[in-house]
Amino acid sequence: MEAIRTYGLTKYYGKTRGIEHIDLSVQQGDFFGFIGPNGAGKSTTIRTLLGLIKANSGNAKIFGLDIAKEKEAILERIGYLPSETAFYPGMYVRDALKLSADLHRQDCREEANRLCERLQLDTGRRTDELSFGNRKKTAIVCALQHKPELLILDEPTGGLDPLMQREFFEILRERNKTGTTIFLSSHILSEIQHNCVNAAIIREGEIIASGSVAELSRTGTKRVSVRGTMDCSALSGVIDLHISQGNMDFLYSGNVQSLLRTAATGDIQDISITDPDLEEIFLHYYEKGGAEE
Amino acid sequence: MIVFRHELRQGRIGFAVWTVSIAFLLVICIFLFPEMKDEMETMGDMFSSMGSFTAAFGMDRLNFGTLIGFYSIECGNILGLGGAFFASLIGTSSLSKEEKGKTAEFLLTHPVSRIRVITEKLAAVLTQITAMNLIILVLSVLSIGIIGEDVPWKEILMMHGAYYLLQLELACICFGISSFLYRSSTGIGIGLAAMMYFINLVSNMSQQAESLKYITPFAYCEGADIISNGKLDIGLIMIGMLFACAGITTAYIRYSKKDIR
Repeated sequence: MEAIRTYGLTKYYGKTRGIEHIDLSVQQGDFFGFIGPNGAGKSTTIRTLLGLIKANSGNAKIFGLDIAKEKEAILERIGYLPSETAFYPGMYVRDALKLSADLHRQDCREEANRLCERLQLDTGRRTDELSFGNRKKTAIVCALQHKPELLILDEPTGGLDPLMQREFFEILRERNKTGTTIFLSSHILSEIQHNCVNAAIIREGEIIASGSVAELSRTGTKRVSVRGTMDCSALSGVIDLHISQGNMDFLYSGNVQSLLRTAATGDIQDISITDPDLEEIFLHYYEKGGAEE
Repeated sequence: MIVFRHELRQGRIGFAVWTVSIAFLLVICIFLFPEMKDEMETMGDMFSSMGSFTAAFGMDRLNFGTLIGFYSIECGNILGLGGAFFASLIGTSSLSKEEKGKTAEFLLTHPVSRIRVITEKLAAVLTQITAMNLIILVLSVLSIGIIGEDVPWKEILMMHGAYYLLQLELACICFGISSFLYRSSTGIGIGLAAMMYFINLVSNMSQQAESLKYITPFAYCEGADIISNGKLDIGLIMIGMLFACAGITTAYIRYSKKDIR
């Protein structure tokens, strides 16, 4: 069963593009990455799914329920972590956690205590006195304490130190193993690569690629690192070219025979041709998208 | 009633400050009455011969030497303006503060419908206004008893009732306005209450501007009219309540469809 399914979801802010014809499919139990730079439409997609904003056209279903008609039933099963967290003035962390639990009509004290302990969060502090990282931790506990079936996380690690990030992803992996679907929106590609099974790449409001993270990595593009020099000017499909101190490094999406012929005419001591990491794939999709315009 | 309880908790300091301030000024005014009573009898002629200014405050039809005459002018203005400011402020901030403080994303991503949020927030606004008016009424009556005057129950209850309705009307109109706002709303609330107050003064001063009384809720709170007629102007109150209903309806329609920033 699909945890999230969108059909041509489109949102404009006046004349400004938010998202256009977003078709997404996230299976239940998936650890799904949603990649794109700032302003690509990640948050707009999430806010539309959560009912904070209304789509101009298209539709979406979460657990088979229509987001426009069955919002409350959907939100009961969701835990949401926004990119910027804000709490009511003068509120203590424990009050914020209790308010969130009360709104879910659940007693979450046991789970909240467990999460606070793991994330080293002091519940006796006022939320308006907290650092950005501790506010984020409070929001994490709010999102997780009622043990939702679907976690929607928008840029979740901002403000968390590396140790806390590791603990946070450990918690996510544990939840995922118990069946929780995780929808992780991020522009930090390593987070997606290390944790997600499937992913979609969004660019200027449109999904430009989606599939398994492994599949997305198989783009036909190779990372070429050369010790020595060769003349790449005649080669088509060379991007992200860096030349320094007798070394050359570039992404290559052209014909392999042409690359090897060109390399043979150069002054090369060593060459390595490897699959690029997700960051490079991302660049590949963005360059490709830009070239198509 | 989680949102309702949360709203009351969030607004408790503002509520306490406004209630204590208005009640304190009202009680001080009442305690000043015995001292000013004799002077007021001689000053009554002067107050009733200041032309438009006299008409503006209804002083041509009230006797300052009586407790109810003094109360309706002095205490009426304190309760009228203070109550109107408080009601307008909590009305305009009720919905808009969520977006201003960026807490809307927290609240509205929990399983609570917008209709429920609106209903419980409105209930919290009306509860605060009701509680404030009850506290002030009790303290006023006690103060009148303490200075040894007979409590003019009918007039006092009618006046306080009228001011209560004024506050409800303004709060409901501002609640409707609040559903359109994304940022700070303090100026709008205070501005609307002050504008209504001055519209009433103008409508009292000029017969040409008399029709303005149908706009402002201060018109049905005129102490001079209430005391001289011995009843409230139900017609004006009904118009006011229609404005209130329009405000509430607007809030429900607008906020349930609003894109949250």
